[in-house]
Amino acid sequence: MQRLQGIAVSPGVAIGDSLVMDNEGFRIPLRFVARDAVEDELHRLDEAIAAASRETERNRDSVAQQLGDQYAAIFSAHLRIVRDPHLRREVEKLVRDRHFSPEHAVSRVLRRYAKVFQSLDNHYLAERANDIFDIEKRLLRLLLGRRREELAQLTSPVLILAHNLTPSETANLDRKFVKGFVTEVGGPGSHTAIVAEALRIPAIVGTGPFLTDLSGGEQVIIDGDQGLVIVEPDEQTVKKYRREAEEQRSLAVKLRSLRDLRAETADGTRIQLLGNIEFPYEVPLCQEQGSDGIGLYRTEFLYLGADKEPTEQDQYEAYAAVIRAMKGQAVVIRTLDLGADKMRHVLQSDDERNPFLGLRSLRLSLRNVPMFRTQLRAILRATPLGDVRIMFPMVSTLMEFRQAKMILADVMEDLTEQGVEFNADVPVGMMVEVPAAVVMMDCFVHEVDFFSIGTNDLIQYTLAVDRSNKDVASLYTPSDPSVIRLIDMSIKTADKHSVPINLCGQMSGIARYTMLLAGLGLRSFSVTPSAIPEIKRVCRGATIGQCEAVARRALTMECARDIKSYLTEELHRVVPEVVV
Amino acid sequence: MNDLKATRTVVVTITEGLHARPAELFVSRAMQFESKIDVIKDHQRVDAKSILNVLSLAAAAGTRLELEAVGHDAEAAVDALVELVDSDFAVDGTMNQEQSN
Repeated sequence: MQRLQGIAVSPGVAIGDSLVMDNEGFRIPLRFVARDAVEDELHRLDEAIAAASRETERNRDSVAQQLGDQYAAIFSAHLRIVRDPHLRREVEKLVRDRHFSPEHAVSRVLRRYAKVFQSLDNHYLAERANDIFDIEKRLLRLLLGRRREELAQLTSPVLILAHNLTPSETANLDRKFVKGFVTEVGGPGSHTAIVAEALRIPAIVGTGPFLTDLSGGEQVIIDGDQGLVIVEPDEQTVKKYRREAEEQRSLAVKLRSLRDLRAETADGTRIQLLGNIEFPYEVPLCQEQGSDGIGLYRTEFLYLGADKEPTEQDQYEAYAAVIRAMKGQAVVIRTLDLGADKMRHVLQSDDERNPFLGLRSLRLSLRNVPMFRTQLRAILRATPLGDVRIMFPMVSTLMEFRQAKMILADVMEDLTEQGVEFNADVPVGMMVEVPAAVVMMDCFVHEVDFFSIGTNDLIQYTLAVDRSNKDVASLYTPSDPSVIRLIDMSIKTADKHSVPINLCGQMSGIARYTMLLAGLGLRSFSVTPSAIPEIKRVCRGATIGQCEAVARRALTMECARDIKSYLTEELHRVVPEVVV
Repeated sequence: MNDLKATRTVVVTITEGLHARPAELFVSRAMQFESKIDVIKDHQRVDAKSILNVLSLAAAAGTRLELEAVGHDAEAAVDALVELVDSDFAVDGTMNQEQSN
């Protein structure tokens, strides 16, 4: 029995068999091949190496063209490695002599070199180890190619264990069978945390390395409350956790009964509760929880988990599905919020050393106008189907917002000329997530129809913290006074000019902050659907007066830790039945 | 049978050592010859045409390397590599890029 400690990012308990995810989302399937398959397998290997060469060359050429030869040098290095005769020779040896599958052999050989590089006390070589992992990924992807679909077919409940989970990986998982996540790296704001919350399954990140000792299939317990992962638990431990899981299930049932009660404070102030969704299948959950609409429909999934840009029709259908299902309730569609680093199939951009500060979201869209127009067309065409609103992410300057609106206006003109129906008065708003936007709120109020505070990124940019970096994870917190002041500023400015404002970051779904936010003046929360009952519970248990007192006090405090304790205490005092 | 063998010694003087572009230029140059070429550092002997192996030598500035080639162009091979290392890899412009097919 092995116990590991990590950061708990989504609560709950899960017990099940592990599925270890390696490289591009799938376990390296076969370790061995049949003797008479060796020649075919070597042929496959050669094809993969040739394809990897071609891809790398293409990357090199396009980077050399755009940025110059010295930036392309990294690909020359990769190319050299891919074509290293020793690599081929060693892999072939493993396949021929020991009947390893090419995938297994490639992994084995490359990792050995990577280990050597990492062990030499040399900074440069340690970096080269990363290159080797990159090449390993590429080769494995090419080798596994066609097999990818088969592997994504899960047939029984599993707990996913991985080094890290990227949006593309989670986009392809069969949700019916995924019961929990554990990743070696990552922090509270990481993608794993967000998806786990949405799926309402436990997740633990930042455990540190442990995967190399596992082959997959081991029984694992994920304790998402304590941040504990137990591999191959003994019978006693399993019993204890089964009991706990049962208790949690009955509590969940109790919370669901809140569905039909109004979301309002104890003294009758109405609070709007909206849902954050990423996939059309989450809509039923939203409605089950009694949400007032969708405050954030993330559209990234359309661009991930696919090899090319989604067509206008693909997008239209995804938007239409959600709008129709929401039966007239508001749906806020956010345009593409991805970085160039995640959009390699569409955009070759390899200068993304700082993806969060780079070509992403609205900037990416403004740089890729045809792609942006396609998305806007698809959204506009869907507007007649319900109450649709458009939201632009990561707006950092007035110019950007105005440019985006101009493109929108242009697309509207086209549609009009083509006689296509759409709502020309579609409300257009923006995410408030870059500190620059908060500072300029008093100008933005004249440009937008609504605001949505995106605390996930706002916290990152304000505190200069990478939310996926476990070494600085403790700095990333909504409790920081700087963040609270910025939220306060945003709400006050929006209210002064009567522009609707809500908060759609993870913070809105954490019960500890509800009273603070309501006390600062927030009347609209967009949360992960599974959190709706709990937030509603908090609202119903407190008066606006109590919330305002909490907010006033919190604003005088100087340190995140104190604020967090204070908020937790107040929650416990005023609404004791909600436990955080 | 062209079993000519040639050996020469050279010291790595370039500050970053035999890493990055220098290593690549080295391997690239070695690939231009037919002879089998080995690079020896202390007791480690690696194939000069394998970037992974050349890199793993971790030959920092000041390292003495022995170059040994066997084949009909052995002499030319070691001379070329010695010249490359001695000149601190001051090769004209960009590295030879293999033709893509």
